[in-house]
Amino acid sequence: MTLVLKTTPFHPRTAPLVRAQTWRRWAGYQVASAYDPHPDREYAAIRNAAALLDVSPLRKYRIAGPDAVRLLDRLVTRDVTRCAVGQVLYTPWCDARGKVLDDGTLSRLDERTFRLTSAEPNLRWLTMSAAGMDVTIEDVSEHTAALALQGPLARAILATVSPADLGALRYFRLLHSTVRGIPVTISRTGYTGDLGYELWVDADGALPLWDALVEAGAPYGITPAGIWALDLARIEAGLVMIDVDYFSAHHALIPDQLSSPFELGLGWTVSPDKGPFTGRRALRDERARGRMWAFVGLGIDWDSLERLYRQRGLPPQLPPIAWRGSAPVLVNGRQVGYATSGCWSPLLKRYLALAHVTAAHAERGTGVELELTVEHRRQRADAVVTPLPFLDLERKRA
Amino acid sequence: MNDRHDVIVIGAGANGLAAAATLGRAGLAVIVLEQSGAVGGLQRTVEFAPGFHATPTAADDGWLPPAMARDLGLGVPVRTIPDIPLTVALAPGDVLPLARESRAAAEAIRRHSARDAATWPAFTAQLHKLAGFLAVLYQRPAPDIATTGLRDLASLLRVALGLRALGRADMAEFLRIVPMSVRELLDDRFECEALKAAVAAGAVRDLRQGPRSGGTGFVLLHYLVGAAPGSVRDRGYCRDGPETCVAALDALARRNGVTIRTDTAVSRILVRDDAVTGVALASGAEVSAPRVLSTADPAATFLGLVDPVWLDPELLHAVRNIKFRGAAAVVLYALDSLPQRGGLPAASLAGVVTLTPQLDALERAADAAKYGNVSEHPHVEISAPSIRWPAVAPPGKHVVVARVQYAPHCLKDGNGWDGARREALADRVSHLIDTAVPGFLDRVLHRAMFTPADFEARYGVTEGALTHGELTLDQVLFMRPIPGLAHYATPLTGLYLGGAGTHPGPGVMGGGGWLAARRLLQDGTGP
Repeated sequence: MTLVLKTTPFHPRTAPLVRAQTWRRWAGYQVASAYDPHPDREYAAIRNAAALLDVSPLRKYRIAGPDAVRLLDRLVTRDVTRCAVGQVLYTPWCDARGKVLDDGTLSRLDERTFRLTSAEPNLRWLTMSAAGMDVTIEDVSEHTAALALQGPLARAILATVSPADLGALRYFRLLHSTVRGIPVTISRTGYTGDLGYELWVDADGALPLWDALVEAGAPYGITPAGIWALDLARIEAGLVMIDVDYFSAHHALIPDQLSSPFELGLGWTVSPDKGPFTGRRALRDERARGRMWAFVGLGIDWDSLERLYRQRGLPPQLPPIAWRGSAPVLVNGRQVGYATSGCWSPLLKRYLALAHVTAAHAERGTGVELELTVEHRRQRADAVVTPLPFLDLERKRA
Repeated sequence: MNDRHDVIVIGAGANGLAAAATLGRAGLAVIVLEQSGAVGGLQRTVEFAPGFHATPTAADDGWLPPAMARDLGLGVPVRTIPDIPLTVALAPGDVLPLARESRAAAEAIRRHSARDAATWPAFTAQLHKLAGFLAVLYQRPAPDIATTGLRDLASLLRVALGLRALGRADMAEFLRIVPMSVRELLDDRFECEALKAAVAAGAVRDLRQGPRSGGTGFVLLHYLVGAAPGSVRDRGYCRDGPETCVAALDALARRNGVTIRTDTAVSRILVRDDAVTGVALASGAEVSAPRVLSTADPAATFLGLVDPVWLDPELLHAVRNIKFRGAAAVVLYALDSLPQRGGLPAASLAGVVTLTPQLDALERAADAAKYGNVSEHPHVEISAPSIRWPAVAPPGKHVVVARVQYAPHCLKDGNGWDGARREALADRVSHLIDTAVPGFLDRVLHRAMFTPADFEARYGVTEGALTHGELTLDQVLFMRPIPGLAHYATPLTGLYLGGAGTHPGPGVMGGGGWLAARRLLQDGTGP
């Protein structure tokens, strides 16, 4: 059987724009890595104007019923009983060992209805967790399309096409409104660390929504952007990515491949004193014992990078797009961790990496070495542990 | 009821009483909560017709583990072993009695096959020996493969060898027989159909599978743990009456200071911060204790009594997937007298009489259950406890108990176990007995039918499974009830499982409860 990737509801609009055929696979869907051969312009739109990103491949579950709060509160690490209607929580969820299965956003659409997004299929886990509860779980991934409108001008663009009171829509809140008459749910969320919105629309309304935004956004420089641009932005924002920075406990083959929320810099999402949830006991123990690993930012020292290239007679070469992989992190020649994502930040003008290091080396300012391949040779560049996020824009919350 | 309790034991069957007696002896304040009106659990007799008493589950008197009796100082009730534990009804007036004394049995078998007659004594001796090895395993917690790997099993095997329980050849035979189908095991050795069918029927007891299923070799051995040498069915009967074992455990528990409250159904196990705090009763009252030992089956306990938010979804999933699959029904008959002419000898009815002389008939009966139907020609075995214990019936009258397979709990279609289906099966059973024992029907004063649905309603056993979990190979020893829960403690602090759903399982009187209580004590009973 031939593998055929699914296309998102926006495909008829995005496909003609992918000039270099730089497609990629995301959760079984075909999406653009970039529309231009290089993501520079798309990244610039995220930080300076507004970018339009098709994020429909996210898994989306509609969870409704009298026990919806009870189910979700036992599922995720954050306290869902304190989630107001119209609020969105970013949260991971764990297995009984307190190891992360996935992460996503949980939106409270009304008193008894939530939408959970995830990177991986979670229907089995949700259904198992809901046993004995009065709740319905529906996988609405196929018929809910999602667009991220991200960038400093996102609000201005959206205001021209939607009657919603966007000024009152706070960070991690949502509202139900319309865009040129198309019913949409607008959430003040994103994966870029910038001012931005995510728009949730019935698949039927996807194309008119795209057209409306592109038209209204033209004077503001709205730019369709692909995953490469998004990847640069999310590394600057210090946001973890499943299957890149960590692996779901469902797929871990060995204990070393497991991560707890504390080990992913997500300790702030764990409410160990709320009601029972899967993994609570293990996470309480871990909190008491102290985490083994930490997820940190690394800033790679420019001078040391320049030196390594100069030894080979070259000027420093920088990755044109974010890399995903694994690069050893060392202290005094001994490995203390590994970096899983890295990029040159066009905005910060720094070579950044996201890394796992043992807790003892997680202190801000700790000097480490990052293994890099310089002209076919393994070298070590100096780097320094930097708090996340690298980029913390005020307008993100504004 | 508001007194301070150290442990609440749910259920006053053999396991609950054994657990309570063990904990009481250690000085703990123990209260046993029993939903029905009396102690005894599945062993309890009821008066099913005026003056007629029997156990609706048709439970035999099981096996009381000697190590438990020694540990608890329990006086072991005197047992009577029937001279003829098992008889095959071949045709009216024609039987194959399998006497306990193997030369006598061989003599009867010789009429059908000289070869089988020659093989029989060695076969029963081997079964006895191999069941003896299981008896070693059944008086200690199951080997802990999950955490210590195979070393633990190896050391256990060495223990068995050291004890001279088994020689090397026997061990090899044990490992060969356990996963085998009983049919292959018997085909290996015998040619007489009736003989094979009789032995095989013991290997499918309370199983929804037939004799061609893998692992029935194990079930055969399981129910022969504690059986007298030469016997291929049951462990004998308490001389002083059908409830002697549980009565002894009951008396011991009370002597050890245990409070036993009947007519007290538990509706929920209360949990706070991953630790048990007590139970809520159906009446609405609550009983507090930092420990709860449940002898309800694992599904009834985890799915029925505990709020799922406290348990790992994976664990609940595994519990939901436990095979219960009750497939046995029981019909109790009150008889004016036992048929004489063409009837079965009283010596046979004092033991078990099987009405299925063909191995394939047993398999076909199981086929129906596989597809959610009641067997067209069910396997029926009967016994007359009134011969052993005249007091269970009015003077001169009798009780006949019929065990019936296959009557699956989960039926493919229709209205489940409605009145019509119940009556139809009871009629079929009566007819089968009357064919084998002409004149039987004329003597029936009263009959009472118990289906898996009745067992579920009466005893709270999931899917009407008297086993608390089918004895398939993936659900025994360190995998009973599920891997990771085999050592009585649960992920909830203070909650222990100790019913027949735990190792060593059904038919071992008090075994699971005793081992669970010991585990609880080992874990410490500090605050």
